[in-house]
Amino acid sequence: MNQREMLNSIRVYQFCAVELNLFLDNFPEDKNAKEDYNKVSCKLTELISAYEKNFGPLTNFGSAYVENPKAWVNTPWPWENCSREEE
Amino acid sequence: MWYYVKNLEYPVNLNKCKDLNMAKLLITQYGGPDGELSAALRYLDQRYTMPTGKSKGLLTDIGTEEMAHVEIIATMVYQLMENATIEEIKKAGLAGHYADHRKALFYTDATGNPWTATYIQAKGEPIADLHEDLAAEQKARVTYENLIHLTDEPQIKEILAFLREREVVHFQRFGECLMHVEDAMCIKK
Repeated sequence: MNQREMLNSIRVYQFCAVELNLFLDNFPEDKNAKEDYNKVSCKLTELISAYEKNFGPLTNFGSAYVENPKAWVNTPWPWENCSREEE
Repeated sequence: MWYYVKNLEYPVNLNKCKDLNMAKLLITQYGGPDGELSAALRYLDQRYTMPTGKSKGLLTDIGTEEMAHVEIIATMVYQLMENATIEEIKKAGLAGHYADHRKALFYTDATGNPWTATYIQAKGEPIADLHEDLAAEQKARVTYENLIHLTDEPQIKEILAFLREREVVHFQRFGECLMHVEDAMCIKK
């Protein structure tokens, strides 16, 4: 997977995690949702740490799995269009 | 404490999109009355006086997701304006914006009125606050529908449809939260 594909698959799992998190705020005992949330979180951890090893941190303030201050400032910011990289 | 994540919640690639008029209109979901900034600040402000762990959690988490939506709208406007010429900016009715902000983002509604805290309220009473939150989600949903009607660009419509759907989900969660808070307050009395 290239950088863009990896970011997209992270985004998919991040979205599932957000959605399950909000549901579990109201129904913290829901067994199915808890199971899904655990699965999604594990997969997300795996994807993010693989991404960060290759391309740099996705988050800051010491919470990235792999720290790389230079990549933090130099990789494109989310509002910068990725289509330019493809050209 | 908050952490920034260097990834959009929904992808935005609008650099080749030529519907610059939409930049002028989309900005209302950035700094308008029913926009994402209003939503984020409203929930993150009201959470302190929520009565239960569940309601404090939900307002914190939805408020945080709204910040991600602020960033999606900002990215849409930024990318639409990035390569626009002065002539295109004038034609799209963005000359006033350009005079004050060039191509910067700024918290205004679609007609240039700056964001104001009068758009939101924190009443300090959870039943009143949660009703405001339910109404806010519906107003944001309608704004997204209005914006979808105003463009022919499928890429813009797709992102707005995602954001519209999030308003529907938040409405559902706030409704459940309201029932839970009502129950909790009855038991307390």
